[in-house]
Amino acid sequence: MELQEWGALFDRTKDGRILQRAFGGHTYKRLCHVGDRTGLEMIRTLQDKGVHSGIDVYMECTITKLLKDGERIAGAFGYWRETGRFIIFRAKAVVLATGGIGKAYKITSNSWEYTGDGHALAYEAGAELIDMEFVQFHPTGMVWPPGVKGLLVTEAVRGEGGILRNSKGERFMEKYDPKRMELSTRDVVARSIYTEVKEGRGSPHGGAFLDISHKGADFIKRKLPSMYHQFLELADVDITQVPMEVGPTVHYIMGGVRVDAERGASTVPGLFAAGEVAGGMHGANRLGGNSLSDLLVFGRRAGLGAAEYAKEISDNSLRINDEEVEIAAKELLQPFENTEGVNPYSVHQSLQDTMQNYFGVFRIEDGLREGLVELERLKDHLTHLKIEGSRLYNPGWHLCRDLRSMFIVSEAIARSALQRKESRGAHSRVDYPDTDNPQWGKVNSVIWKDGDEMKIGTRPVPEMPEELKQLFVEK
Amino acid sequence: MADVVLRVFRGTKDGGSTKDFKVPLTEGMVVLDALHYIQAHYDGDLAVRWNCKAAKCGSCSAEVNGKPRLTCKTRIDSLPQGEPITVYPMRTFPLIKDLVTDVSWNYEINKKIPPFTPTKDTDWTMYQEDIDRIQEFRKCIECFLCQNVCHVLRDHDKKGGFYGPRFMIRIASLEMHPKDTLRRTDLLRGRAGVGYCNITKCCTEVCPEDIHITDNGIIPLKERMVDDYFDPIRWVARKLAGK
Repeated sequence: MELQEWGALFDRTKDGRILQRAFGGHTYKRLCHVGDRTGLEMIRTLQDKGVHSGIDVYMECTITKLLKDGERIAGAFGYWRETGRFIIFRAKAVVLATGGIGKAYKITSNSWEYTGDGHALAYEAGAELIDMEFVQFHPTGMVWPPGVKGLLVTEAVRGEGGILRNSKGERFMEKYDPKRMELSTRDVVARSIYTEVKEGRGSPHGGAFLDISHKGADFIKRKLPSMYHQFLELADVDITQVPMEVGPTVHYIMGGVRVDAERGASTVPGLFAAGEVAGGMHGANRLGGNSLSDLLVFGRRAGLGAAEYAKEISDNSLRINDEEVEIAAKELLQPFENTEGVNPYSVHQSLQDTMQNYFGVFRIEDGLREGLVELERLKDHLTHLKIEGSRLYNPGWHLCRDLRSMFIVSEAIARSALQRKESRGAHSRVDYPDTDNPQWGKVNSVIWKDGDEMKIGTRPVPEMPEELKQLFVEK
Repeated sequence: MADVVLRVFRGTKDGGSTKDFKVPLTEGMVVLDALHYIQAHYDGDLAVRWNCKAAKCGSCSAEVNGKPRLTCKTRIDSLPQGEPITVYPMRTFPLIKDLVTDVSWNYEINKKIPPFTPTKDTDWTMYQEDIDRIQEFRKCIECFLCQNVCHVLRDHDKKGGFYGPRFMIRIASLEMHPKDTLRRTDLLRGRAGVGYCNITKCCTEVCPEDIHITDNGIIPLKERMVDDYFDPIRWVARKLAGK
């Protein structure tokens, strides 16, 4: 309602109220939406509200290190992409809102920015990361042509009545989840498509067929306009006439910075996190549409939490450690100094292959161990990266720092996946196919930094308050 | 498969020149794929702004074979075969480096447009048919191709007098919102400069979201402005009211 008051225009019901629909795993039709571009509507509304509320936006500025005074956050260090010049922000509190980690994988719906920077910044500042093994594979990404492999095919297609079939024309979800069919949860649908393809019933380009053409051209163009254009222009497929080919693509990480639910506060004083970079909100498997609600609710809470915290520090005696800044700057500039070394783009490609091969939809002990060894080997390249050009808007240089973040989150995913010897939500172990509630149902996996070493353990899952428990009682 | 040659501008505000790169063609390849290939295999520091690769974020605008396009949805097989594909940055905005331009002027303009202003006790019942036309405007992904191609901004550099097509439809989306209470015709006539647009529809042609910028946005705004300022009855009424 607040978004509507700020100018957002959601699709309407016949009697002029906000129209709602369901995504996979939903009990009620509860998603307010705008065709298949709900996110854009929210972005634009929040952007305009922000602009007119006097919020300063620092565009194309990348933070590479959180600065601390003792235990507390004192600011942040980074660079301007445009000029390559460094910048220090003095701040009593920092709210991370950096999204996910998809770019560590080869096949992902995420953009280049999803390199796990926030996860890595928090980890390096001493915060705990939880449940990093839970990487969500969205069941429906494009599989062809090669350049768009992984690009998202919105769940709205299934929400509006899309049907999945294999190469034999079978509606295979009947086998895997006859009750919920296509609108089963993302983990189930992703595994189902993966299994169909693996067992030889895939589409020509290694996916499943997703068909919405029975709804008619007018309906599709009105409710799914961007999907219609995306397939027509990028894949020469008219979805009003023929099915799409789709397959699993890395979409979201449920794990992230451990924060409290009330203020979004991490274990480091002054460090807050909201949205995808924060962990725990979505358990082992996020339902479609829930991250948009998550960021609205917990974005607000983290903002209020950070403001409250900053107010408590009345005299700003927090000091920035110059030496810390110098080291951070020197590290960033290292790739310019190296006369010999490896191309960061090649290292990135190898990392993506490794994550895709060993830490995918299905996991197994031997594979996870092999993958971890491979990660350790590739990580050595980080100190020998070689680039060309100047500091002026240099994507190759930017990638060097992004790689460091990606290696941290990749290692965290690997270690957490090895530790959790059960299958739960998006984490499917072939060697431990069952959910083991007595052993794993009451703990979160936890990752933290100890010197130069990544440590792993568990912590009890916070107890759910009674009033929330009541909501989960089946009626 | 065959190779394709990309002739890409490389340089800064202090000057530059084009450089040819040979890229192996793959099925369904778009210009942005080819630019990424160049980054990974030839010039790692080639500056390209991009994000979603799905024509939804509006970051990768450039001029391909002289036409303003999103490079992520410009298929190489849609361009003439056997000759180099030229890729230049948008010309209307100051160059930062290679294909990246400084589009911050647009964000400054956005700040100057009075925001959505409903009454306190608004009844939020709205019917789909009443919001269809503004939902069209709100599809805008801010790629600024329309701003780039608009000759008022591009050839005459009237950035001081005309907000450009993107912000005409932004204003239209506010003016035509069923629950908005402000009137922005003074802004349109004055600083926003709707009068500068002479309806050549170049903006509509390049819009990757197929928004009918001129027909559905700018022309109705011109009509509103004319109604408010040049309708004889309203003119008399305004004079009498001493405005």
